[in-house]
Amino acid sequence: MAGAEAPAAGRHPDAAPAIELRGISKAFGTVQANRDISLRVMPGTIHGIVGENGAGKSTLMSILYGFYKADAGEILVGGRRVTIPDSQAAIRAGIGMVFQHFKLVEPFTVLENVILGVEEGRLLKPALARARDTLQRLARDYELNVDPDARIEDLGVGMRQRVELLKALYRQADILILDEPTGVLTPTEADHLFRILKNLKSEGKTIILITHKLREIMAITDTVSVMRRGEMTATLETARTSPEQLAELMVGRKVLLRLDKKPATPDQTILEIENLRVTDDDGVERLKGVSLSVRAGEILGIAGVAGNGQSQLLEVLGGITPATGNVRVKGAEIDLTGRHSDGRSRRARGIAHVPEDRQREGLIMDFFAWENLVFGYHHDPACQRNRALMDNAAIRARAAEQMARFDVRPPDPDLAARNFSGGNQQKIVLAREIERNPDLLLVGQPTRGVDIGAIEFIHQRILDLRDAGSAVLLVSVELEEILSLSDRIAVMFDGRLMGERRPDQTDETELGLMMTGMRTEVA
Amino acid sequence: MRDVMPRWADVVLIPLISLVLAFLLSAVVIVAIGEDPLAAVRMMVTGALGSTYAWGYTLYYATNFIFTGLAVAVAFHARLFNIGGEGQATLGGLGVALVCLALPWPHWVLALPAAVLAAALFGAAWAAIPAWLQAKRGSHIVITTIMFNFIGAAVLNYMLVNVMRPQGSMDPATERFPPGTHLPTLHDLLALVGIPFSKAAPANIAFLIALAACLLVWLLIWRTRLGYEIRAYGHSEPAAIYAGIRPVRVVMLTMLVSGALAGLMAVNTVMGEAERLVLNSVEGAGFIGIAVALMGRSHPFGVLLAAILFGFLYQGGAELALWTDIPRELIVVIQALVILFTGALDNMVRMPLERLFLALRKRRT
Repeated sequence: MAGAEAPAAGRHPDAAPAIELRGISKAFGTVQANRDISLRVMPGTIHGIVGENGAGKSTLMSILYGFYKADAGEILVGGRRVTIPDSQAAIRAGIGMVFQHFKLVEPFTVLENVILGVEEGRLLKPALARARDTLQRLARDYELNVDPDARIEDLGVGMRQRVELLKALYRQADILILDEPTGVLTPTEADHLFRILKNLKSEGKTIILITHKLREIMAITDTVSVMRRGEMTATLETARTSPEQLAELMVGRKVLLRLDKKPATPDQTILEIENLRVTDDDGVERLKGVSLSVRAGEILGIAGVAGNGQSQLLEVLGGITPATGNVRVKGAEIDLTGRHSDGRSRRARGIAHVPEDRQREGLIMDFFAWENLVFGYHHDPACQRNRALMDNAAIRARAAEQMARFDVRPPDPDLAARNFSGGNQQKIVLAREIERNPDLLLVGQPTRGVDIGAIEFIHQRILDLRDAGSAVLLVSVELEEILSLSDRIAVMFDGRLMGERRPDQTDETELGLMMTGMRTEVA
Repeated sequence: MRDVMPRWADVVLIPLISLVLAFLLSAVVIVAIGEDPLAAVRMMVTGALGSTYAWGYTLYYATNFIFTGLAVAVAFHARLFNIGGEGQATLGGLGVALVCLALPWPHWVLALPAAVLAAALFGAAWAAIPAWLQAKRGSHIVITTIMFNFIGAAVLNYMLVNVMRPQGSMDPATERFPPGTHLPTLHDLLALVGIPFSKAAPANIAFLIALAACLLVWLLIWRTRLGYEIRAYGHSEPAAIYAGIRPVRVVMLTMLVSGALAGLMAVNTVMGEAERLVLNSVEGAGFIGIAVALMGRSHPFGVLLAAILFGFLYQGGAELALWTDIPRELIVVIQALVILFTGALDNMVRMPLERLFLALRKRRT
């Protein structure tokens, strides 16, 4: 073990740190994104960086990769001071980055993507041959198997991520930075990724893992740093900490990681869906005959890897996408294709919808909070002053009350939506939808990009609505969320439901298998 | 990087600085062709603001620009770029002429509402086709509205030459409108309250209609459900669809309002000034409306101020061309510089100013 302030499980306790940051600061305007950050990561270790959205993790990594220039501080790689003005310099210093959003040329093959930018020479052929050899060796050493001749557009997200890793390794990176690498992966794919990372570590590579999933930190890292409001608040040895402690360090107060959830008391059936089918604009069938039902006072969770039809299910029910099949709400048939099949008609039927992407759909980012709090309900008689004009004063007054009840911070209705943090934006959407006391609440990714402190609050509000007798249809790619909130869980794969489970009779492994299309025995 | 500057700096200071820069550059150009910029400024100010006669022309032009500026501004709120103000105003003129010539109107009080209605309807109808193509077929409204400017000009040409031209006349224009359609000028109106105003200037009651239009557009955009939906759609189409706002409806209604506003310009020019319909009665006001809307930040009050500024440039420029050796084209250059600085080069002024305010704020804290 190294010194107390830089504990490390690396094999070279006396060696210089693979990467060291001293007093890094960076401000954007009045916002101090990074303040006096110091960090030492020893070679051959996996170091986790956790922190809420906006804590400054991405800024710090962007400085390391030469996207931003730090206002102050220095960077040392392998004990030597370096300046990193651009990503080329970062690559020369041996730093490789795997971004959350992959940077691959989709129509190109794996091989072509790997050599892009390091062709070395006018002709491609020698570079391609070289890359093919290297790729074979890397595949053997690290379980990094990818077909070198496959086109990126034909590959799944897990494979694409491996290509990103290969790109970094091909450029002889010794330090790998991964930004939220498991966000899009199934549990099985994530496990495979962790095996690869462990192999890389045993070969002496240094890995920095940025994530908000405390479970992953606990499972794979040797050391972990916590960031909060631009500062590095702690660096700990993973073996000597706990998720609870990390969460507290991230948020700055005690956080309940477990929900206070009463057993459900389901009542009459609210939502019935039979043989729902959706074909998208490209002629691809996205829902292939989905049938399900949700009763009052229960939460049905839909688990699945993103892109398997869950989004379409919410969009059909929310009136955004036309479909065929039968949908009944409280026994009355819903028109799925007609001229008036839109969000407005669904709201009139008691369906509230918290969309998956609040910034794209749920909010108008340039509208004030009070304008957003009637978005979709602006035809409501309570919003009108007379036949022609809206009653903005009344809307604003109600908005202020709602923001107070949902603990939106700051509780200022005259602030534009874009000036709120992700969690508070989501609270605005939830306040709007939940306070209508809907018969059916559709929720997509309720806590995506939401800080830990707000997750607790949002989950509790959804449970409160259930206990008040609403039916809730929950779609989330976070299995933990599905398991802790749902009363029943349905797994979706390739536009079909793979089966239903009770949360106390299943686990992440079984759900993970079902999410990849594998049938399991009905429990 | 929001809320760096106080609102007054955003709304007043930036356009003002842009304007000063544009004028400074214009001064350099005037010096370069060997004229005295100070004398030129003096002449523009006297020519456009120095007498009630001058004001009468400035406000007459400003009225046109208010209508076309509002037309562009309304469409901007739905993120639609209506470049067809020219054509819509042309068709508005046709509507006004048809109404004015249809009956022996006894008094302008009767003729005016009919003409207003006709101008708005014809303008809206001319915007409706590109709007429908955009909403239903996805044909880009910038392209279609430009095309409709040319078609509008051709329609007018055909109507004047083949249908509306009085027999025996060699001039592609209608006959004079009957006296009962003569609109009161600002001279007539201000005389009622005892204020003397030039009898020869063309500014007329349409200016008051333009002011009312500013108020109505403000109410529409910020106080009605339709305005709320227009702005929501303009900011984010996916969000609008999520909220149950129908894009086809918003695009159609926005463009109908926009076209109607552009068409209303004809009440000022065709009915208020020329009192007959001639070729090219719009004279580019449809395009200047784009600059006016940009400079006015799509806000009716901003449009009003920008329209008066461009009225000043128009009238002052005409005076300059009349009394000095500065060619008419240079006025266009000055106008172009104003458009360039206030519209396209907005960030050039904004960025240093934001940094300045940031530094000020840092020092305070």
